[in-house]
Amino acid sequence: MVYLDHAATTPMLPEAVQAMTAQLAVTGNASSLHAAGRRARRTVEESRESLASSLGARPSEVVFTSGGTEADNLAVKGLYWSRRDADPARTRLLASPVEHHAVLDAVDWLAEHEGARVEWLPVDGYGRVHPDALREAIARDPSDVALATVMWANNEIGTVMPVRELAAVAAEFDIPLHADAVQAFGQLDLDFAASGLAAMTVSGHKIGGPYGIGALILGREWTPAPLLHGGGQERQVRSGTLDTPAVAAFAVAAAHAAAHREQFAREIGALRDALISAVRTAVPDAILGGDPDPAGRLPANAHFSFPGCEGDSLLLLLDARGIECSTGSACTAGVAQPSHVVLATGTDPDLARGTLRFSLGHTSTKADVEAVAEAIGPVVERARGAGLS
Amino acid sequence: MNDFPGAPTGPRDGRRLRVLAAMSGGVDSAVAAARAAEAGHDVTGVHLALSANPQSFRTGARGCCTIEDSRDARRAADIIGIPFYVWDLAERFREDVVENFISEYEAGRTPNPCLRCNEKIKFAALLDKALALGFDAVCTGHYATIVHREDGTRELHRASDMAKDQSYVLGVLDERQLAHAMFPLGDTLTTKDEIRAEAERRGLAVAKKPDSHDICFIADGDTQGFLAKHLGTAEGDIVDEDGRKLGTHEGAYGFTIGQRKGLRIGHPAPDGKPRYVLDISPVNNTVTVGPAEALDVTALTAITPRWCGTPPTGPATYTAQLRAHGGETEVTAEPVAGGLRVTFTTPARGVAPGQAIVLYDGTRVVGSATIATTERVAARTASVS
Repeated sequence: MVYLDHAATTPMLPEAVQAMTAQLAVTGNASSLHAAGRRARRTVEESRESLASSLGARPSEVVFTSGGTEADNLAVKGLYWSRRDADPARTRLLASPVEHHAVLDAVDWLAEHEGARVEWLPVDGYGRVHPDALREAIARDPSDVALATVMWANNEIGTVMPVRELAAVAAEFDIPLHADAVQAFGQLDLDFAASGLAAMTVSGHKIGGPYGIGALILGREWTPAPLLHGGGQERQVRSGTLDTPAVAAFAVAAAHAAAHREQFAREIGALRDALISAVRTAVPDAILGGDPDPAGRLPANAHFSFPGCEGDSLLLLLDARGIECSTGSACTAGVAQPSHVVLATGTDPDLARGTLRFSLGHTSTKADVEAVAEAIGPVVERARGAGLS
Repeated sequence: MNDFPGAPTGPRDGRRLRVLAAMSGGVDSAVAAARAAEAGHDVTGVHLALSANPQSFRTGARGCCTIEDSRDARRAADIIGIPFYVWDLAERFREDVVENFISEYEAGRTPNPCLRCNEKIKFAALLDKALALGFDAVCTGHYATIVHREDGTRELHRASDMAKDQSYVLGVLDERQLAHAMFPLGDTLTTKDEIRAEAERRGLAVAKKPDSHDICFIADGDTQGFLAKHLGTAEGDIVDEDGRKLGTHEGAYGFTIGQRKGLRIGHPAPDGKPRYVLDISPVNNTVTVGPAEALDVTALTAITPRWCGTPPTGPATYTAQLRAHGGETEVTAEPVAGGLRVTFTTPARGVAPGQAIVLYDGTRVVGSATIATTERVAARTASVS
């Protein structure tokens, strides 16, 4: 099987599996006061310190969540609520239109139910938000902005945002900027302290850790209103018994990702470049999505539009040949819709229906690229014959 | 070994076909896909998303294409062990089936959306896409039989279980479409109960799921309400054959020829007999009612004939079916300019323009056409003006 959908999820690292299974066998609620509880708490706190160190954050800035979606919701809704509660005028929300649905739909929900006035920041043809655009949006009235949210790197087309420059603009006006860094983690240098961000989302299963665990890296001066009420385990902003085995495995995977990031990015980037060139050779009219400059895109991402093809058809035909990738867009009941990201970059809606995202990861090999090189030409030809339904 | 007596034992011409199985989430299409896979074909399941805004859950026997149906189809594919995808044909379905349904009613005709879906979606949009993607056939859970003749041609026949026969809604298929169609349920002597039992034995959770009835895109079963929502209401007269006003209605489109219930006429007919809808005139928004005898149709003309095999060159005697679940009646059909003229051996009732007439030679489907005008015993012509 040729697995090229690592942006959806990537295989767990053996050391993460080991850390997790070791913890699964031991009892202890990290909130309990007895010896078993203290043991679990120690594991959690050591993992927290390790994760913080992997991300250039302080341990107290790590808020464990059930995953990227919860962390995104906590940042966007929680910061909106707390900022608006502190100052009722702050109901303006600035967001990029290429966000993952975990941010996008949280923003839409705030607009529909909480009176948020949403401004979608303009993006260029690569889906990138420019610092000037953020400045212009804030400067129109800095006193009514609740928060801004711009992802670190796009999950579909791989475009990297100028996060540090954007954060610097937001900081000038004391406005919190949140970045969804789920896809960037393990591929880009995420130094939270140096980033100037108020909050940053990361997830376990995208970096070789387990499912169901993530974190919001949250600057100490920010206190979002909680989504989940209960024991207040995580800094009083997130309740729920900590998942010690998942926390431990997440920290192990994060440490691995941070330690090997540069080498991984270099090697996977070379493999990705080979994949792009193979696809372009086989299908000369394939259009690369996102920034063609390798420095401007995630090293593991290759995204294409194939004129005259339905993404569904491409996926089915590749799947039948044992090649697993994604159309890159979100699904409703398994039905692929033209991607909001691709449409936001100004792509023609018909063209937006024929997209494929190949995302590489730590198990990817040259043989995977060769398999794509061999299959993609005939597959595109056949899908083109089926046309757009 | 084949555990299911009667199931096809293998590809007829010895070839392993690449088959796309349309899976609605119901028991019939699930068993059909399972039989095709068991027969040795390379089967891929596909669920057609036909509603742009699917409901989350299915309620009783009504509707389809809910997210729950999609999940049921996926689970059936898991058990059968075949790949499964959801294809979005909502736009095509809206254009070709739903909008056609509304405009046909608006014009005073009575459409059959299931037949239309087979003609335009399952054995057109879906089949064309399947063939282009390298599949050899589309498999569905319809109850009808395809006979492969020695000369290589295909014939469509009624299912062995007449109670479940669906050849009427497949009557629009031509030979080319039949050549790429597979109906594993109708090919065998199986009843619906046996299909459920087979689903149970195969471990398919849809074994106990209620059958679909009614029109899939009208989830609450309220066709009148659906039409009123799309066409609005417009009060008009209900008149008798002599033009006397008997009552009012809220839109002529809401009636079907032969309809008796829901006329809400205040006073009874002079002879005390029930009255039926004889005529619908959308142009002046009038519905004409009269006694049952006035419904008797002696002949009809039909348009857009589709023949399965060689069309007749002159008058020929067939049996005809005039609506889904309708009985058979003997007719003489003759090709004429623009379509077909059909005369009934004995007058027929409840013949509505817009419905299909499907002609049979024994169990074999000869062809079909859409009823355009009818001729009544009293030389009255029910036409849609």
